[in-house]
Amino acid sequence: MTAMASSGTAVVTLPSDTEILITREFAAPKALVYRAWTTPELIKRWWSAKRGTVTVAEVDLRVGGRWRYAMMTHSGFEVAFHGEYRELIENERIVSTEVYEGMPDGEALNTVTFAEAAGRTKLTILVQHAKREHRDAHIESGMEDGLQDALDLVEQVAISLV
Amino acid sequence: MARAPTTTDAFNAVAEPRRRDILNLLADGERPVNDLVVELGLAQPQVSKHLRVLREVGLVEVREEGRQRLYRLQGRQLKPIHDWVKRFERSWNERFEAMDELLEELKRKEHRDDGNGE
Repeated sequence: MTAMASSGTAVVTLPSDTEILITREFAAPKALVYRAWTTPELIKRWWSAKRGTVTVAEVDLRVGGRWRYAMMTHSGFEVAFHGEYRELIENERIVSTEVYEGMPDGEALNTVTFAEAAGRTKLTILVQHAKREHRDAHIESGMEDGLQDALDLVEQVAISLV
Repeated sequence: MARAPTTTDAFNAVAEPRRRDILNLLADGERPVNDLVVELGLAQPQVSKHLRVLREVGLVEVREEGRQRLYRLQGRQLKPIHDWVKRFERSWNERFEAMDELLEELKRKEHRDDGNGE
């Protein structure tokens, strides 16, 4: 059985001054997407993508339980997030808080939903911040890495020129 | 990371929901002020104030035609904001691609397990 590995690209929108909405479709049933999303050994396989190594993936999957993810980027930069589960409906919906440890004031409320149709799953992540500054900083947190990638590339090019 | 002041202006300009409404309306084409006033259900001075902010950061352009002032979107000025969000999107795409690989593996495993069970 073959299936398309790539199911399209994520769509990021900013529905309001304080929110981020991320949607993406996967070629897998929601029970599997939910498992990949909530199982520590599996989170370690995708959460850092190719930017680094996941060093911590702690998941206490119950209402009031805490979670913490950390990764070490290839450039030696540690990025960690933690939060608390507020609502859990297996294979359907996860509501949790999220704090980027580099900016402890900016606690967000994340609502992740898993919707299946014809064996495919639409994943929706709604990130709600209290302030626009925090929302903006959240978006920029993803850029530190991107910038680092660019700098690494510049360095490689520079070395190749020596 | 601090943003360049000019960029901050454009970012601040679109942070206001009404101004985003104006940009959305102008995305469909050039419009006279009165149209915008009617569509938005705001008082003319308020709409004019928002348009002034948008004009100052270069997000809209205005031209006179007879007695009308026509406003038009300058899409190019939205590019820094678009790029900003796109970069964030890219980092999520990388994660999701890693999830795709993992999910394929999980599917194969489930398929195999099902086969063994029969």
